[in-house]
Order: sequence, then structure tokens, then C-alpha cells
Amino acid sequence: MNIHQETVVIDGHIIDSLLLAKVLDIILMMGGDFDLEDVQIGKTREEPSRARITIRASSNTLLDDILKAIQPHGASVEREADCRLEAAPADGIFPEHFYATTHLPTQVRLNGRWIDVEHIEMDVGIAVDHERTTARAVPMGEVRRGELIVTGREGVRVIPLARPRERDVFGFMESHVSAERPHGHVIADIAARMRRLREQHRREDAACRVLLSGGPAIIHSGGRDALTWLIEEDFIHVLFCGNALAAHDMEADLYGTSLGYGLTAGRTVPHGHEHHLRTINRIRAIGSIERAVTSGVIKHGIMAACVRRNVPVVMAGTIRDDGPLPGVITDSVRAQQAMRAAVAGVKLALLVASTLHAVATGNLLPATVPTVCVDINPSVPTKLADRGSFQAVGLVMDAASFLSELARLLGRPT
Amino acid sequence: MTRLLVCPPDFFGIEYEINPWMRLNNQVNHERAILQWNSLMAVFEKDIGVVLERMTPVPGLPDLVFTANAGIVVGRTAVVSRFRHPERQREEAYFENWFRDHGYEILTLEPGLFFEGAGDLLGFPDYWFGGYRQRSDVRAFPILSQWFHREIIPLELIHSRFYHLDTCFCPLSGGELLYFPAAFDHYGQTAIAERISPANRLAVSEQDALRFACNAVCIGNHVVLPTGCSRTEQMLHERGYRTHAVPLDEFMKSGGSAKCLTLRLEE
Repeated sequence: MNIHQETVVIDGHIIDSLLLAKVLDIILMMGGDFDLEDVQIGKTREEPSRARITIRASSNTLLDDILKAIQPHGASVEREADCRLEAAPADGIFPEHFYATTHLPTQVRLNGRWIDVEHIEMDVGIAVDHERTTARAVPMGEVRRGELIVTGREGVRVIPLARPRERDVFGFMESHVSAERPHGHVIADIAARMRRLREQHRREDAACRVLLSGGPAIIHSGGRDALTWLIEEDFIHVLFCGNALAAHDMEADLYGTSLGYGLTAGRTVPHGHEHHLRTINRIRAIGSIERAVTSGVIKHGIMAACVRRNVPVVMAGTIRDDGPLPGVITDSVRAQQAMRAAVAGVKLALLVASTLHAVATGNLLPATVPTVCVDINPSVPTKLADRGSFQAVGLVMDAASFLSELARLLGRPT
Repeated sequence: MTRLLVCPPDFFGIEYEINPWMRLNNQVNHERAILQWNSLMAVFEKDIGVVLERMTPVPGLPDLVFTANAGIVVGRTAVVSRFRHPERQREEAYFENWFRDHGYEILTLEPGLFFEGAGDLLGFPDYWFGGYRQRSDVRAFPILSQWFHREIIPLELIHSRFYHLDTCFCPLSGGELLYFPAAFDHYGQTAIAERISPANRLAVSEQDALRFACNAVCIGNHVVLPTGCSRTEQMLHERGYRTHAVPLDEFMKSGGSAKCLTLRLEE
């Protein structure tokens, strides 16, 4: 995202003289946009007023033109300094006063120029290359000794999210989590977005993707077929999950059960509790999920759809995992790295029925990515909102109902 | 008693072009200029009873006659101008010396913050107007406002022929404003209208404005202005002012007239 903005201040008797109005009119007439950051109106006629205006423009040239046009009217660029940089003292350690990021678009000032921080995510640091021309977000564990890290707050600015052009549920930019809210229109808005994103994905491929991060409740609750359909129909382009979702998905294919519970029979089956272990053991014997699918052992379901549609799957392990399945990343730092690499190009994230995966994914995503968090437990979307992913739309509902309704709206035959 | 600072036109002439009125090939008739200046002074001294303080003219500073641009004087304090054009920047030291020699406390703006004195700062007792863009920098006004605890409403000057506020804007002692509206944009005109009632706004015609009818000096009910502005004089008579028209066309060659040739000192 390229944002060209500058903050100016103007003071004096700017209200009665219409000087402020003139400056704001000039900005708009030239095709720029502005936020009035701060206006202090003089209490008496003698007392001056003061305004801080952040100006945004679609290009640097336009921004410069606007600044030139308003400068004679007294609007001058706020005095700014370059960001401060300190070398990382050791591998994996930031300098003491490192700047900790938010997930909002961020810029740092280097040699007098504002540079976008690439791959922004929350709770990491900012590294600047030695030529001081680029900046990127860097997690603590990945910093290398001697890398230049931004410290303090000077020369760093965070850009508030602009209201999206779409007038849908994300356009309100609110973090609503409620079990009482009707879900219909929210899911319809999500479906409309996904339809647009599928078109865009077909044109741009990896530059535009929809991510689903899900837990095994998708299988338990009966959302497996709907999710499989969404993947097969090219609506989902990246999958994040753990050992369980993959294991129960393939268990369903091999045994017709999910954690031993008959998915069609609707009751536990004898020795059903062994099914997922036998499934994991079988896949381990084959060597990989991909080979299990291509060899015809696994015929249907989410994993099969991902393999057939070339949808990348990142499986992150946990300490309670059985097996785990081949491909599950058990080192959580490595899992985080794999997830980080896979969120590039994500334009919509669906976090369904998984507390840990939802929060982990939410943390990795820049605030510009709309996020839907679906869980029967209201604390999950709330937790995500509390973590700062305030662009998350929370739906308190069952995973299968959500996925089925979403697939139905996207044309899945019922 | 009103006191005005003036400077005899001994070295007045066109030596450069820094406004659209000035043309090097339109030279001043020096004798006529001196006669015109003397007749203006006679009006001030004899007809109106003003006390004149005469500066010593300096060779090579042809525009030192335009003392309105020396700075502004408030009580015993003077803010010396910072001229935009290098041609006139050399005048600053002479004006500053005069103020210092006459016991004024001197205030100066930071270098590069242009402010051309009473040419761009005019007003009524309670609030002032500041002309900017052509010569003075709008950022000077908040500072002056702070120094003198006076509201200053900036007005953009949009025509190069009306390059100082006093070329198109003249507050009168009765609270009226003599002005040329087209010298200001919509914002400026609205700001003026917000402060001055329609009955008190005396708009001069373009013809008179181009003869610098607004470059007038108002002292009590006397208004001194250049000749050839009969419609403006008529308007002033209707308001009960006594007008004194003085031929000043030699100074118009330089873009100045009655007001530009004077600086009001404290009463």
C-alpha cells in the first residue's frame, strides 16, 4: 500500500479570515484528502487558533503540489525528524528501546523521506536496511546482530485505516461481536466479497487470496462438505489448521466418523475413538497427505480438495497432538514463520472455530485485511478484538451453519 | 496630534522593476516628483495640521520615500519591515536606525519572514487586517498578533497591481472601509463582510482603484488621496469626509501614492 501523506500546521486568526476553510478547500479541489487532527479555537478574538491537518494524496507529486499550493497560506509542514536507529545487540534481541509495531499501515522517516514499512504485523520491530532506503517488520526471533532497528517513536507514524469503498459489513469498521445480531446480512456481505475476490484471484493469482484458518469443530459440527466445496470452487486459497482438522477430515473419509462419532449415523460407533489414530498412522505410513490423496487412499474432503486445487496448507502443531500427521510443524516458531510467509496477498481471512489459530492468524495480518471470526464461544472473537485486530467481524455461531450458509450463497446446490 | 514619518524624494526614481507599475523606460520626472511631494506635505501640514518627521534620503535607495513600508509603529514600539525583494532590503537598516534614534523599542521578525510594514497591516482600533501573498508572509501575522494582543485577519492579495494591502484597502476613522473588492478572493471578501456592515463598506470602482483611490490617508474627517478619483471623493463627501486630492502620478510610476508616502507614528 502506498500512502502519501504529510501533516501541516496552520495558526493565527484562521477561522474568521476563512484561511482554514481556504486551505481545506484547496486540498479537496486538487484531489487530495485530509483529516483535521487537532483544532484549537481561540477563546477570545485576540487569541489565535491552531489546526493540524494531515493531508493524503494518491501520489507523491500530487502531495507536493498540494503542499506548495497551501504553503503561501501559512500551512507549513510540521517539523519532523528521521526515525532513530540502533543496531541489534545480538541475534534474536532488539535494542532496548525498540519500536513495537501495531498492525496498522506504518511509515518511518529515513533521510527526510517517509517510507512504508513492508509486511507490517503487530508486536514486532522495524528493521531498516543499511542504505536506509527500505524498512520491514521483523519478529524478535528473526532479528540478526547488527541489523538497524527503529527505536523510540520519533520519525514513525501510523496511518489510520481509511474507510473502505465497499458499503458492506466491513465498511463500518466496527468490531461487533454479538450473539444477538442477525447473521444473514453479514454472511451475504462475506459471500459478495468472496465472489469478487475469486475473480481477482483468477487474474492476479497469489496477489489476491482468501485465507481460512480453522479448527476441527468444522468437521465435528458437519461443516466438512461445505468447506470442501468452497475449496473446490476456488473460493479459498490458503488453509491454516492444526493436526486435528486434517486428521478428522481424513478420518471422515476413511471411516465416516469424526473423533469416532458417526457423521451420518449420528452416534458413536464401536472402537470409533481409535479411528483418528488409525488415520494418522496410515498417513504416516504413506509419508505425506499429498501422497495419500494422489495415491487414491484419501478420496474426498478438505485435504483432498487442497491437494487437488494446489491450495497451500500450513499445519501448526500443539502439545496435545496425536501423531502428528506428516507436514505438521511442531516447532511453533517455525510454524509462525510458515504462516507469516503464507499471509502475503491475503485479502480476506476467515477464522473459523479455533481459538489459537484464529488469534495467531489475527496477529500476523495487517489491519488492512478484513477478518471474519466465527465461533460458538463469544470470547474468541472478543479475544481477537482485544488483541487489537479491530477490523474483525465476529459471528457467534456454529462453524457448520456458517460454512453451509456461505457455500449456499455462493451457489452450492442444497 | 497626528505625526507622520516621511522621506523627501531627493533620490526617488525607477531603478528596478519589482511591481507591474514600475517600468525602467517610464522614468520619473524628478522636478515634478518633488513638486508633487511638496504639495502633499503642504496639505498635511497646513490643511490638516499634521506634524511631519522627515527622514534623511539616501542615494541609491529610490523607494525610501515610501515610508509606509518602514514597519509598523504601536505606541513606542516599532516592528521594522523585512522586505521580500533584495532591492528594498537595503532600506531596512535606515528605517531601523531612524526608529532607534527616535527612542522606539525595536522588534524584528526572523530573517526570511517577509513583512512590509504598514503597507500590509491596516486596521480599526479593535482588530487589524493583514495583506499577504504578494509581499508579506502570512506567517508574520500570528507573531505580530501575539506581540500586540490584537486580532489580525489575513487577506490574500490576488492581483499583482494591488500588491500591498494599502493599495486596495483603507480603513476610515468613522469605521467605514474604502476598498476595492476585486483585489480579494471570495474568502477575503467574505471575511471583510463578516466584520464590516454593508453600510460601512465603500467599494471603489475599478477605474478609481487603478488610480490608487484606496491609497489614501485618513486623519480625522480628512482624507488625502490622489487626483482623478472623483467618484470616490463623491462617496466620501456623502459620508461627511473632507477630501484633499493631490496629483501624485510621478509616484504612481513606482506603484505608490499618498498612503505609501507616509507612516503613521503614535498620536
